[in-house]
Amino acid sequence: MSIKSKLHELKLKYQGKKMAPAFNAFHTFLFTPNETTHAGGTHVKAADDLKRTMNTVIMALIPVLLFSMFNAGYQHYAAIDAANGSPRTLSFFENFLTWDNFWIGIIKVLPLVVVSYGVGLIVEFIFAVIKGHEVEEGYLVTGMLVPLIVPVDTPLWMLAVAVVFGVVIGKEVFGGTGMNILNPALTIRAFLFFAYPTWMSGDKVWVHGAVERAGGPDAISGETILGSLAQNSEVSYSISDMFFGFIPGSVGETSTLLILIGGLFLIFSKIASWRIMLSAVIGSLVMGLIFNQVVELGWITETSKFYGLMSFDFWKHLIVGGLAFGIVYMATDPVTGSQTNRGKWFYGFFIGFISVMIRVFNPAYPEGVFLAILLMNVFAPTIDHYVVKANINKRMKRLKNAVVLPKDTDGKAEELKAETV
Amino acid sequence: MALLSKKDANLIKDPLADNNPITIQVLGICSALAITAELKASVVMAIAVMFVLGVGNVVISAMRNIIPSKIRIIVQLIVVATLVIVVDQVLKAFAYPLSKTLSVFVGLIITNCIIMGRFEAFALGNGLWRSFLDGIGNSLGYGIILVIVGFFRELLGSGTLFGYPVFGDPIEKTGLYAFGYENNGFMIIPPAALIVVGIIIWVQRTRNPALVEEN
Repeated sequence: MSIKSKLHELKLKYQGKKMAPAFNAFHTFLFTPNETTHAGGTHVKAADDLKRTMNTVIMALIPVLLFSMFNAGYQHYAAIDAANGSPRTLSFFENFLTWDNFWIGIIKVLPLVVVSYGVGLIVEFIFAVIKGHEVEEGYLVTGMLVPLIVPVDTPLWMLAVAVVFGVVIGKEVFGGTGMNILNPALTIRAFLFFAYPTWMSGDKVWVHGAVERAGGPDAISGETILGSLAQNSEVSYSISDMFFGFIPGSVGETSTLLILIGGLFLIFSKIASWRIMLSAVIGSLVMGLIFNQVVELGWITETSKFYGLMSFDFWKHLIVGGLAFGIVYMATDPVTGSQTNRGKWFYGFFIGFISVMIRVFNPAYPEGVFLAILLMNVFAPTIDHYVVKANINKRMKRLKNAVVLPKDTDGKAEELKAETV
Repeated sequence: MALLSKKDANLIKDPLADNNPITIQVLGICSALAITAELKASVVMAIAVMFVLGVGNVVISAMRNIIPSKIRIIVQLIVVATLVIVVDQVLKAFAYPLSKTLSVFVGLIITNCIIMGRFEAFALGNGLWRSFLDGIGNSLGYGIILVIVGFFRELLGSGTLFGYPVFGDPIEKTGLYAFGYENNGFMIIPPAALIVVGIIIWVQRTRNPALVEEN
């Protein structure tokens, strides 16, 4: 007798008991459930259930996670070299893909992942037992996103507190997976940002070790590109560094290339909406162009505190900061985004548009993607409402104009005309 | 022999739990959000509202038969405004720093929906003693939520209670701060009060499912 069938028997034995949902949760995590749909009625036969959807997104995130583990170490050692007066030049195989770098990733990034999943799943289990339903897979993606959108040195207890807050207030109070109005991963980040701002912004937290060394003789810089732009200072990273991701930033947001690959994978597997991604890119480019134009026309001068970010080439906004990560993995959340196809265009466009606007206009928030996405999460149902209403109005108008022809007029042409008015 | 008859006792008890002005009637939210970052301010605000509502209910109840109904709102406003100015002046005279913290919100007691609501709904139709009890009961119900919210917000947000450091000194890194604990800046800002009030409503409705509305 296999473990699988033994577990099935156990499940039947303890059906209806208090802790049964917790057991079932583990069980479905390991094996396919043995229940099948009841005979009769109409069924849709499809392979892409919730679990597969979640797993696909996680697969798209794995390269980003691996890269971020190397990058955490690389940024740490590069910052030390820079502080010692010998800035290092990047050589992918010699000083990026090394065990030293990966070790920093293991001791700094991996604990974030473990805490995020551990705490989040405990909360999910508790709620599954209280509500007496199956545990929901919703946390699988959130749990992977959370460590990727926080600074590398975030204290683990803060992350745990934020995860509890995000899962309970952001999701469970609304009724669990599929009922939340805000993206839980971004709720967690927003909580961290407002609760512990010193750990979530500034010019220290983005590189491992910069906070504890601050003020000492071996102090190192941990500033992001957007951070230095907001200070109107020069950016020392090349465009290829920005695109490939050899820059400081939140754990997983740096490599635009890998995010792009992940995004294409998600579009190809039809998990994420290309409409949202494309319109968000367009939105951010439009806003960036407007700002570039303002500089071009000479409306603001170099003395302005917005000059650094406003004169930043519009397309470079896409390859620095968390914009690309947010657009690909967060804005496309099927639960909190717009559901209608036309609504997705508006929803995505405003995410890009507002992200770049917050970046430039609010020096306190050098990165505004998470705020823009949370804002549009709130507006998504409204957008859908008006899209649906517009469609109804259009059809009502068509109905009003339609001429019902008597059966005996054989004219095919006239019938067609009546249909297409 | 009880001090209050059962009917009268309910005037005090009901607003404390199952008919709470904040968590059930959702009145007086604005001041609950604004001034609960410190426990001390919450307590003073609760006492101020208790004074205004208790005395105001009695005054309105005493005048209820001679107020022409067309101008009753104006009369009520004058009564509240008078009482609020008394509170404001007392605070300014004897607790100036606190009056600074509460700032405009003492004056805004005038617009606190709980007060006008009780005048309209209760004092205009009931006797002096019962109106007084109703005023005290409702302001206690308001105050208890303020104190609970203020307790959590000050404890988690500033690490103090009534200004006394509970967790140690955040700058000297003593007590809990020595282990890397930090104050939660989120609890200082008003949205946190909304969430704490929301959690209280959640707990209350889970304990008493009768409070949950049907759709």
